[in-house]
Amino acid sequence: MSEVIDYKSRVSDPASRKFETFSYLPAMSDKDIKKQVQYLVSKGWNPAIEHTEPEYIMDSYWYMWKLPMFGETDVDRVLAEAAACHKANPNNHVRLIGYNNFNQSQGTAMVIYRGKTV
Amino acid sequence: MAVKIYNAGVKEYRQTYWTPDYTPLDTDILACFKITPQPGVPREEVAAAVAAESSTGTWTTVWTDLLTDLDYYKGRAYKIEDVPGDDTCYYAFVAYPIDLFEEGSVVNVLTSLVGNVFGFKALRALRLEDVRFPIAYVKTCGGPPAGIQVERDRFNKYGRALLGCTIKPKLGLSAKNYGRAVYECLRGGLDLTKDDENINSQPFMRWRDRFQFVVEACQKAERETGERKGHYLNVTAPTPEEMYKRAEFAKELGAPIIMHDYLTGGLTANTGLANWCRNNGMLLHIHRAMHAVLDRNPHHGIHFRVLTKVLRLSGGDHLHSGTVVGKLEGDRAATLGWIDTMRDKFIKEDRSRGLFFDQDWGSMPGVFPVASGGIHVWHMPALVAIFGDDACLQFGGGTLGHPWGNAAGAAANRVALEACVEARNQGIEIEKEGKAILTKAAKSSPELKIAMETWKEIKFEFDTVDKLDIAHK
Repeated sequence: MSEVIDYKSRVSDPASRKFETFSYLPAMSDKDIKKQVQYLVSKGWNPAIEHTEPEYIMDSYWYMWKLPMFGETDVDRVLAEAAACHKANPNNHVRLIGYNNFNQSQGTAMVIYRGKTV
Repeated sequence: MAVKIYNAGVKEYRQTYWTPDYTPLDTDILACFKITPQPGVPREEVAAAVAAESSTGTWTTVWTDLLTDLDYYKGRAYKIEDVPGDDTCYYAFVAYPIDLFEEGSVVNVLTSLVGNVFGFKALRALRLEDVRFPIAYVKTCGGPPAGIQVERDRFNKYGRALLGCTIKPKLGLSAKNYGRAVYECLRGGLDLTKDDENINSQPFMRWRDRFQFVVEACQKAERETGERKGHYLNVTAPTPEEMYKRAEFAKELGAPIIMHDYLTGGLTANTGLANWCRNNGMLLHIHRAMHAVLDRNPHHGIHFRVLTKVLRLSGGDHLHSGTVVGKLEGDRAATLGWIDTMRDKFIKEDRSRGLFFDQDWGSMPGVFPVASGGIHVWHMPALVAIFGDDACLQFGGGTLGHPWGNAAGAAANRVALEACVEARNQGIEIEKEGKAILTKAAKSSPELKIAMETWKEIKFEFDTVDKLDIAHK
């Protein structure tokens, strides 16, 4: 029987905040983010970038960065928009969304630039 | 118009109810029965008897038959097929005109299709294998209160399966201790926790106390993690009045989801509760206690794919589907067949998955299949491969049995799930590469590492009792 380890999560500790899919894994490298964009595009979903101040993370609506990139299949252009959004809003969470217009939902959504948690 | 004359007496069923030339209408409800007859009775006669006894017929001619147009209302046996690999039985296909059934009532449909006929003496055994509900009938039913897409939007969960856990021990905890177990699971990274089906309102934990502590647990976990959480509050109760009272209180507390046992609670109660949920913005998780009594015997009863369709029509946002890989019964191809039946818009006939008919759901929302029972982190690659994203994976013992407690167990499952999804999205064959994926993820998650050491050897590999009918002789 191994020693029991305390689970370090606190209401008072901003580092305990998570942000849904992939937030329990270490932040992805640029190379790995690119693979996720490739996946999203290969599914025929429409890429979109959103961002928010970390204190409003639980809101349904984050700020749209421009408009969803309907029909965009160039992975580098999607990554460039995400980088531009991050540069303009360095403290914010920036998430990548794949809009599935056939089932009117999001095929996926993941934070790819992690802001400073509060 | 041909005039019919009344002749008292017993007529062979097949004279009226065996119609091999009949082409089913798009509006007919179609059923496939597996019939095990008594020796010596011709197939057509038994098939016709099943059609008759599940629709307009009775054992003898009655004069009042002539007051209506029985040719319009009767069920028709229109096809007989061999069962692959089993000479003791055969399939009979029966078409029922839609007007035999009250609109929006799966209760009424089942009362006919699996009513008296199942006790019929000319049969040794009878199983309802599948039912095709025409879109015209589907449109009269309420269906899931919210459906998969709406639930994703309410919970803000995209691009992965939902993660849950049934709280254990299933009986005996006090409300406050129970809420503790819920809180620990949710703060560790699960999305949802669940009342075990046996939990209603026993002396050791009355429902009102449980609801209050559990909602507090969910809300604190939300503040702590910044993610949306829920717990299926079981409102299954001795009476509908009591059930609605509990549902109203859950709503008053701000709970997002409640739960019902649709077979023991009954389909009338379930349909009413689904309507209540739709009207009150509440999600509805469905448990299926008693299903194995009905669906496990390969020769008698009702196949689960029928019970699945019945639930989607009656209403529910989640339904237990079996795991394929865990401790409970379930063949992979057959399970995939009824999982698609829960969540897709149109499901093609596919005998290799046990689907006897095309099924068109039109715009009716889909139901999340729930995989629960005897699963742990080592099963995650297979579960992600089998179920995809539109499912709820529930790890009971696989969360609560973690050596460091529920929160660590939850985190281990969450890390495992996300690692598998990330790898799948990268095009990696996750069932094949499962061990490498989990081992890599465990490097940054001590919770996952210890979980992998704890459960490595547990496997459930008994043979399935209810197999698909294929030639295996």
